[in-house]
Amino acid sequence: MSAVLTASELWKTFGEKEVLRGISLELATHEVVALIGPSGSGKSTLLRCLNLLEPIDDGRILLGEEDISDPRVKPDAVRARFGVVFQHYNLFPHLSVLDNVTLASRVVHGVARATAEERGTRLLERIGLADKAREHPDRLSGGQQQRAAIVRAIATDPEVLLLDEITSALDPELVGEVLDLVRELAADGATILMATHEMAFARDVAHRVLFLDGGVVVEEGPAAELFAAPREARTREFLARMS
Amino acid sequence: MLIAAASTVVVGALVWAFVINTEGWAKVQAFFLDPAIALASLPKIWDGFLLNLEVLAISVVTVGVVALLIATFRTLRGPVFFPLRVIAAAYTDLFRGMPFIIVLYIVGIGIPTITNTRIPPIVLGVIAVTLTYSSYVAEVMRAGIEAVHPSQRLAARALGLGYVQTLVRIVLPQAIRKITPPLMNDFVAMQKDVGLVSILGAVDAVRAAQIAASQTYNFTPYIVAGVLFVLLAIPTIRLTDWYSARLRDREQMGSIV
Ligand SMILES: Nc1ncnc2c1ncn2[C@@H]1O[C@H](COP(=O)(O)OP(=O)(O)OP(=O)(O)O)[C@@H](O)[C@H]1O
Ligand SMILES: [Mg+2]
Repeated sequence: MSAVLTASELWKTFGEKEVLRGISLELATHEVVALIGPSGSGKSTLLRCLNLLEPIDDGRILLGEEDISDPRVKPDAVRARFGVVFQHYNLFPHLSVLDNVTLASRVVHGVARATAEERGTRLLERIGLADKAREHPDRLSGGQQQRAAIVRAIATDPEVLLLDEITSALDPELVGEVLDLVRELAADGATILMATHEMAFARDVAHRVLFLDGGVVVEEGPAAELFAAPREARTREFLARMS
Repeated sequence: MLIAAASTVVVGALVWAFVINTEGWAKVQAFFLDPAIALASLPKIWDGFLLNLEVLAISVVTVGVVALLIATFRTLRGPVFFPLRVIAAAYTDLFRGMPFIIVLYIVGIGIPTITNTRIPPIVLGVIAVTLTYSSYVAEVMRAGIEAVHPSQRLAARALGLGYVQTLVRIVLPQAIRKITPPLMNDFVAMQKDVGLVSILGAVDAVRAAQIAASQTYNFTPYIVAGVLFVLLAIPTIRLTDWYSARLRDREQMGSIV
């Protein structure tokens, strides 16, 4: 397995606050890695730094072989190679669901509208939202919106998918449909890094788990091992609180 | 429906009893609502009104352009743009705070005096209206741009859209929806305020009415000019109401589903 994404010694401060303090991680092709950790441990910040939405203070990030933390790299082009799904979906309310899905293909990747819409429609069909393609996002339920947001993120075939607590804003009865879609993507071989509070889901779908606390990776390991027999006291404490 | 009809009849009767059926009303009618004088003064007032419309039409464009510039300056981030931000902020503070009539006097009397030239009143009027209204409109635009949640920019940038693409495709379309009702309100206010260019010596509708009134010792010409301004404003006002209601409906629909 070759590494798709390699981060080494990432540091990030906001003002006085050190949020990331030397974080390293590696993501192999088709690998699903879960980031767990208490609120404020730096999960979202780490995800935003990896696709250059947030500049890092120090460290190195490789996407494939390319050093994307090199200041000469064009960040827009790098971001286009990632797919991101946010906690609050962040669909564009003034665009139809289909336009949301096809926007990046058309505007960033220069795909013809007809081609982009054909693919977009197929993706929406797959998640059972083809009949909502021409609707605006506010006509969809939270679960439908989040699934549309996931489809938007994968519409350009990103090399890595970053998911940030994508079920935390959903009503409990809507969580299942979103997790099922992620499970499907994982089974199809997507490379996924996801911050999550859903421990059962992480254990079930993730190959590996990283436990973050205070801006460092406290412990990492295969999901089954880390959940069954955490080595660090802080991990044990956290898992006990979460269950 | 029935209630509406009944209450209309009642109000109509009250108006008749306490307003129209009094001897003061006859006087009001004679001084303010003389049909013959209205008709006689209309052509001159109408000619003047065309001048108001001219000032209005030009100002809509100049206000839009200047306001967009100021709003952009105010939303620029980064220390390099600090001076521009300060200038833009000072500009909006100054002209939002200053009474329009003072701006008119300063522009109308000040500029011709220091440049020692005769400048057409229309030009002076446009300058004064632009100075004042671009500061209001710039603030509305800025608020609109800032009202678009940062997570929208974040989502767009995450897809690989550039700064300008994000502004044009994501931020501005949402901002325009939000600012259309307040902008139309400013437009209504502007439609009235172009009547103040009479102060600059322009023979506009108000000035024409003044001349006619002093010739006939009757106030009817003012009413004629006033009605013209009201007629001008009504379509915009109705449109604003309709648009706001539509926006509200759509938002409510979204929250129910
Ligand atoms: N833009 C910012 N400016 C200043 N501080 C920030 C910013 N973004 C995050 N932080 C701070 O960085 C720390 C880590 O935040 P982050 O959102 O990465 O945590 P998290 O692990 O995702 O938490 P949660 O589980 O609540 O989502 C927090 O203390 C937060 O207040
Ligand atoms: Mg977070």
